[in-house]
Amino acid sequence: MSEHYLELRDLKLTLAGRTLIHVNTVVRGGEVLTVMGPSGSGKSTLLAAIAGFLPAAFTMQGEVWLDGTRIDPVPAEQRGVGLLFQDPLLFPHMSVGGNLRFAMPSGEQDKTARLKAQLDEMNLGGFSDRDPATLSGGQKARVALLRLLLSQPRAVLLDEPFSKLDTHLRNDIRRQVFTRLTQAALPCLLVTHDAEDAAAAGGQVIEL
Amino acid sequence: MLRTAPVVLGILMAGPVVLGLLLVILPAFGYLPAVGRDEFSTLPWRELFSAPGIQQSALLSLVSGLVTPIIALTIVMLFLAGISGSKLDRLIRRLVSPLLAIPHAAAAFGLAFLIAPSGFLARLVSPALSGWQRPPDLFIINDPLGLTMMAGLVTKEIPFLLLMALAALPQLDPGRRVMMARSLGYRPVLAWLFTVAPALYPMIRLPLFAVIAFASSVVDVAIILGPGLPATLSVRILGWFSDPDLSLRLMASAGAILQVIISLTAVACWLVLEKMVGRIWRYWTARGQRRQFNGALLISGRVGITVAVMLLSASVVVLTINAFAGPWRFPASLPASWTWQHWVSTTSTLATPVANTLLISLTSTAIALVLVLATLENEQRHGSSRFTALWLLYMPMLVPQVAFIFGLVVFTETMTWQPGIWLVILGHCVFVIPYVFLTLSETYRRLDPRWVHMARSLGASPNRVFWRIRLPILLGTALTASAIGMAVSVGQFLPTQLLGAGRVPTVTTEAVALASGGSRNVIAVWALLQSLIPAAGFILALAIPRLLWRKRRAMQESA
Repeated sequence: MSEHYLELRDLKLTLAGRTLIHVNTVVRGGEVLTVMGPSGSGKSTLLAAIAGFLPAAFTMQGEVWLDGTRIDPVPAEQRGVGLLFQDPLLFPHMSVGGNLRFAMPSGEQDKTARLKAQLDEMNLGGFSDRDPATLSGGQKARVALLRLLLSQPRAVLLDEPFSKLDTHLRNDIRRQVFTRLTQAALPCLLVTHDAEDAAAAGGQVIEL
Repeated sequence: MLRTAPVVLGILMAGPVVLGLLLVILPAFGYLPAVGRDEFSTLPWRELFSAPGIQQSALLSLVSGLVTPIIALTIVMLFLAGISGSKLDRLIRRLVSPLLAIPHAAAAFGLAFLIAPSGFLARLVSPALSGWQRPPDLFIINDPLGLTMMAGLVTKEIPFLLLMALAALPQLDPGRRVMMARSLGYRPVLAWLFTVAPALYPMIRLPLFAVIAFASSVVDVAIILGPGLPATLSVRILGWFSDPDLSLRLMASAGAILQVIISLTAVACWLVLEKMVGRIWRYWTARGQRRQFNGALLISGRVGITVAVMLLSASVVVLTINAFAGPWRFPASLPASWTWQHWVSTTSTLATPVANTLLISLTSTAIALVLVLATLENEQRHGSSRFTALWLLYMPMLVPQVAFIFGLVVFTETMTWQPGIWLVILGHCVFVIPYVFLTLSETYRRLDPRWVHMARSLGASPNRVFWRIRLPILLGTALTASAIGMAVSVGQFLPTQLLGAGRVPTVTTEAVALASGGSRNVIAVWALLQSLIPAAGFILALAIPRLLWRKRRAMQESA
């Protein structure tokens, strides 16, 4: 498997003529780039721009490249960029298994068997038919992480993914997320205002 | 495809109204080649103004167009001001949608059977309290001043205004406004009236104008409850238009224009009234009056809304009693025996109207739902083109039906289109779409965009996101919107009658046709049927999501 890498080439975001962010950097597979800043600094907008959901009010200059291909002109679903938000956002009308299947690429073989194996590995064995609303906070976070991984992204964007978790859960989930993302050798971009997140991520930090 | 949706929607809203109005102007000035008149003249107008009692007819329409919204709005505002989450409040909020679903004609019949001299209320107090052994000689139904008609309209418009107000209120954060005012020493009802009402009013202004237009030009309720000699302007226009003597159509067209002028006059009067009330409000607010009248306002709001809700609910009960009543002599409160006879005897004539009603309402609602969903989805995908022309949606509600539907009939005749069920369906779409749009749009636009972002980042195309994520999450709202659309379609009298040239009978046209001289029991059967079809729609709209999401707690809570 060739290594993934995410390049932000002279990426500049402006709102009504005011520059919010200007970055020029490369994130290699298994690395985490942390962007820190107060709310309203445009850090979530940066993620939206990379993922393909930039609100119309903002303008973007520069280019986004993933694994040597330019992705910013490509529709969001074809970019191969996964998202993790502070809310797990498990689709409320689907079961846990339904959520995971929704994420798996359509051509895949043996979906059921793979699903079961992955759930077991995440300590979520037997959860496939459960209603997401009945899960605990930690379980929801783990399903969200698994769903992200099953969609086979080539890069991951994390938007304050741990800020809504209780303190004792936070360290646990944070460790699991970073372990799995590093294992998968994915380039990650983390947006946070929590210095502990940045420290745990252990990569380069950009302060806005 | 998707990009054309808002255009089609706009054309469907404005097209028929504009076309219909234009095509009613020509015959109003004597030009109607279809009946061999191709010279312009003012004769139709002279004929119109020399019709006996025409001033009274016009005045009745104007007064009804003003009194109805004034009373309905006052009651709704006072009720909202006093809302406190009590059992009564919650009951009324829950009854709003089902009461809205009762077609106007059915409610009017129910009210007639309730308050007529030989009606249920008179029977309840007779002979013990009133001493009446025979129905009293009172002119209640079809009273010459139109009071009963206005009462019927008020009770039916209250649920509509209440629903519109309840939909708008959350955006205003009324709780905090009231709390702030109360901390300054204002009593709760006054606090609401001073801080929430002025902000709420502009948000329900368009629906109010729709009520004004409706109340000043309604046909079916006026036929059932309104005065007879002379009838309201709209009823008389319909009479001239349906007359076998085709030359009366010219006068009818002039009448249609007069109807528009009357409705516009009602709106103009409303605008003046608005200014005056605004001034009084500011004066009253500036005086810093904090305590006076609080209790009186609270009680009048509650009494008003309770009477309206009880009248509507009792109407349905009385219809049911009549539909199953055996012999029922006057002072007896209840029939001597119960029977299926009225249903059995109606069965033979039932099938076609019921089938027509279902076909028309389901098809027009389906068309409306597809167009509205496509328009909303288009604006989500191509952010910039938000469908904001709200006045366009209100156009079919703001222009009196009697005025532009005649023009449409002239148009279809010129094009030699055969009147029939498809024309009726298309006509119904014009009135169904606005309601479907208004019910669905707010929830659709407010859906957390992160659901869509999440799904797309997981590799789902916009179409897949629509079918697998957005539509299922919004299923409950879409079904409610459809149920409301269906109810609107079922209740349509004039478009069905005119665009179908009287050859497409529905439960509504059949019920209204029985208004003069039909047996109470048979009318009750039809009116009940008329209410049962929309009711079934609402029950399905509530039951389907519950059944489908019975294992999904988060969906249950949102439903």
